[in-house]
Amino acid sequence: MKISEIKNILEADLICGEEFLSNEIFTACGSDMMSDVLAYVKEQAMLLSGLVNPQVVRTAEMMDMKCIVFVRGKQPDADIIELAKERDIVLLRTQFEMFTSCGLLYKNGLKGGCGR
Amino acid sequence: MDPIALHYDVSGTDFTCAGEASGKIKKALKELGFPTSITRNVAIAVYEGEINMVIHGGGGVIDAEITPECISITLTDQGPGIPDVSLAMQEGYSTAPDNVRQLGFGAGMGLPNIKKYTDEMVIETEVGKGTTIKLKVFVK
Repeated sequence: MKISEIKNILEADLICGEEFLSNEIFTACGSDMMSDVLAYVKEQAMLLSGLVNPQVVRTAEMMDMKCIVFVRGKQPDADIIELAKERDIVLLRTQFEMFTSCGLLYKNGLKGGCGR
Repeated sequence: MDPIALHYDVSGTDFTCAGEASGKIKKALKELGFPTSITRNVAIAVYEGEINMVIHGGGGVIDAEITPECISITLTDQGPGIPDVSLAMQEGYSTAPDNVRQLGFGAGMGLPNIKKYTDEMVIETEVGKGTTIKLKVFVK
């Protein structure tokens, strides 16, 4: 699924990374616990989180994740956005809650995975 | 090639900067042409270690030695040490304070994750003196 489709499905605002909207995402992981995310390795994965701090971007960086969606309308500050820009990571913001966001993406064909 | 040595200081007070050293090591490995799976495994393991250093260790130092066959990382802090290493290695066991959990860490996954993503992991720790974690990832 292209990041642009994810943006449409979640009715999300683009915060940064417009040039990467045509990149493909294969799987997604939704969590506010970064250590749980770090246990989850998949190719071309994206992260949905209600947590807003620089460690969300750094976690995505270590995992080679291409896109982060902040749920429940959470807005990252300028430092977080800068960190994402430097790492070529797309940031999106949706008003949907975590459960609804994950459900919408899953229903539209994006798969998750188990962490093992 | 001669081994490449990298050294980083990790602040014990600035949580926002935690991950700087891990990111730099990852970038260096990428530029040296290591496969994605290797750079990612090293990055995740070092990042968890770096986070632990900030949460528990009061900061410390990270040293990396890179050869074509093996990436060796040593994380050293002068923190409180780990009283029971086997307990600390259990998934879900955590001594992190609540404010750390609010930042997305402290789920008791740090050390288990480090072990998961490395080929060798040795913990040397002494209560009141500090902890050294030595990691190896072999390039197969």
